[in-house]
Amino acid sequence: MNTTLHISSARLGDPFVAQIEKISGQNLLACYQCGKCSAGCPMAAHMDVLPNQVIRLAQLGMREQLLAARSIWICVSCLTCNSRCPKDIKIAEIFEALRQTVLRGGNRADHLEIRELTPEARGALPPIAMISALRKQTS
Amino acid sequence: MMGNENKPMKLIYYPGCTLKNQARNFDVSTVSSMAELDVEVEELARWNCCGTVHALSSDNIMNRVAPVTNLIRVKEAQASEFMTTCAMCYNTLKRANIEVKKRADVLETINDFLSLEETKYAGDVDVLHLLEYLRDRIGFDKLAEKVKKPLEGLRVACYYGCLLVRPKEVAFDDTENPTIMENLITALGATPVPFPMKTECCGAYHTVDKPEIIAERTDKIMGSANEEQADLVVVSCPLCAFNLDFRQDDARRLNPDFHHLPVLYFTQLMALAFGCDDSALRFDLHHIDPQPTLAARGLA
Ligand code: SF4
Ligand code: SF4
Ligand code: SF4
Ligand code: SF4
Repeated sequence: MNTTLHISSARLGDPFVAQIEKISGQNLLACYQCGKCSAGCPMAAHMDVLPNQVIRLAQLGMREQLLAARSIWICVSCLTCNSRCPKDIKIAEIFEALRQTVLRGGNRADHLEIRELTPEARGALPPIAMISALRKQTS
Repeated sequence: MMGNENKPMKLIYYPGCTLKNQARNFDVSTVSSMAELDVEVEELARWNCCGTVHALSSDNIMNRVAPVTNLIRVKEAQASEFMTTCAMCYNTLKRANIEVKKRADVLETINDFLSLEETKYAGDVDVLHLLEYLRDRIGFDKLAEKVKKPLEGLRVACYYGCLLVRPKEVAFDDTENPTIMENLITALGATPVPFPMKTECCGAYHTVDKPEIIAERTDKIMGSANEEQADLVVVSCPLCAFNLDFRQDDARRLNPDFHHLPVLYFTQLMALAFGCDDSALRFDLHHIDPQPTLAARGLA
């Protein structure tokens, strides 16, 4: 992604920031960027934007970058970050709020197409896998 | 509170859908080993899927309806508590319960939505995981007395995954280094091995459309168990079991040095140690057959 950010205080009061804080129930500005969430994240190797960077971008209201990030679909809500954050921020809830912002956007932006799976794959997968994948990635 | 000599204790049991499908080995080994402990397990009448995941968004009340409906069914069974074994069911049911106990407005909305139900939910049911039931109600020392075939020499890596230990408010043991399963298998005569990856996530539902992530996770987690010379890994979640067992071929493709290890439910080890017959074990449902490993230890 583009590493140049144009930061202005105007973004802080952005409705996008307020919406993420409301859905997640978290205070984004509590994060002081220690990086502990990213250090322990089991999915970090598969992410384009690391968890602490996601929080930073959210603080700054970088809506487009965040909603297009692959990371928000890679986070599996394992809650490792939540249980280790020294500021008690629920990072996984912020990821959920970002996924929900995309899924509630009105244009059926589902991130899982069951029809694309082969019938064999569908037959082998247990309900616990199917139901959780659908709950997390479709509206 | 052990049952008195001739009257077994009764316990309401929520199996969840995967235990009635791919994970029938988890279901039958639970019911059989509980019978050996003189606990009569009664399957909850009219249970429904819990929804598998707790919605992390504060405004999603809809996803709390399925777990709360199950709590209503427990009340209708004249019980004030029930037990489940699947880590995901446990987590989802327990989190919904904690939340409606804390947020009266959410509980009221759900009860209104379920207005056709005769029973209202009032936060008056407790959710228990079988592991905590065994530790706190039976006691591992009492459980050890029921062992007919001690699992001597069997080296076991206990895998907790995420949902038994996170978040803190649902955990019934230390979140970073839980030992409840190690204590259980020690009571069965087996030897727990150190297992640094025991609470590392297996990748969960990514198994549906991103199996390459599961292959990487399975390689690391099972690789760590293998380094500790474990004979097998035990779990308490049918999704962990699916990923760590059925995705081993993918892990092997990723890493040619990957070494296959069987994955069992902790209830299967109980059934084995209590001398239950093969129908309580259902080793036919595994991808990596545990029987050669068990036979090598004189246990099959
Ligand atoms: S662990 Fe908490 S405080 Fe540290 S960077 Fe992550 S969210 Fe911020
Ligand atoms: S909840 Fe998501 S961001 Fe947090 S550690 Fe787990 S995968 Fe990483
Ligand atoms: S979590 Fe899974 S096994 Fe448990 S009830 Fe839901 S789908 Fe079924
Ligand atoms: S290890 Fe995987 S399947 Fe098991 S509880 Fe964690 S995410 Fe779920």
